Amino acid sequence: MADVNRGNRPLSPHLTIYRPQLNSITSILVRISGNALLVGALLIVWWLLAAATGESYFTTVDGLITSVLGDLVMLGSVWALWYHALGGLRHLIWDQGYGLEVDTADKMGWGMIIGSVAFTFLTIIAI
Amino acid sequence: MAFLTDRKRVEGLGSARSGTQHFYSMTVTSIALLILTPIFLFSVGPLLGEPHAEVIAGLSRPFTAIVTALMLIVGFHHFRLGVTTLIEDYVHGPAGRLAIIAMTLISYGLAATGLFAIAKIAL
Repeated sequence: MADVNRGNRPLSPHLTIYRPQLNSITSILVRISGNALLVGALLIVWWLLAAATGESYFTTVDGLITSVLGDLVMLGSVWALWYHALGGLRHLIWDQGYGLEVDTADKMGWGMIIGSVAFTFLTIIAI
Repeated sequence: MAFLTDRKRVEGLGSARSGTQHFYSMTVTSIALLILTPIFLFSVGPLLGEPHAEVIAGLSRPFTAIVTALMLIVGFHHFRLGVTTLIEDYVHGPAGRLAIIAMTLISYGLAATGLFAIAKIAL
């Protein structure tokens, strides 16, 4: 029976064993940024619903989303959007079998960090 | 005791029990979002903080309305797949299964709410 040893197999070394590296940190940040975007998405849906509902409700929600806290969440969301997009692009490249060498992967990692900040800056200026 | 042979039980499923379905959906939606995200940011972003009439006028433009609708559909579908992986990795047992169901409901609920809003505004 193949199931005899189920649940009692040795585990491969996990997070706690490894020294943090650019690759692991940028990868974890892709996951965090992607899932954290729920907050920004929730606010935008609320804002859309308020716009569809009427002017007085819209003023309330718009005031919230353009408050200092709202601005901070939106700024963070724009960065998360760009960072996650660049991280996704890196995954699409990796999935095709390219860029898996350590130095190329590191370059793409720095590209994600610097690129996401630059794109966020450009977005804020343009909008 | 299962009456299927071990081989039959896993055939075509892969280690995650659904083959490459999840991976392929992620690939397709991520490519779509790479195109949609910049367009969405630069067409809807400028409307944030504008007066109500301006926002309604902006969102009523067919291009902006279509981009927003696509962003809601593809974005929340992609989010649902991603958050499912997150939960599968860190939350196990019944709590994990409940969390996946809850996030699925939230994802499609938010997408539907946003779609209703954009439809009401644009049509």
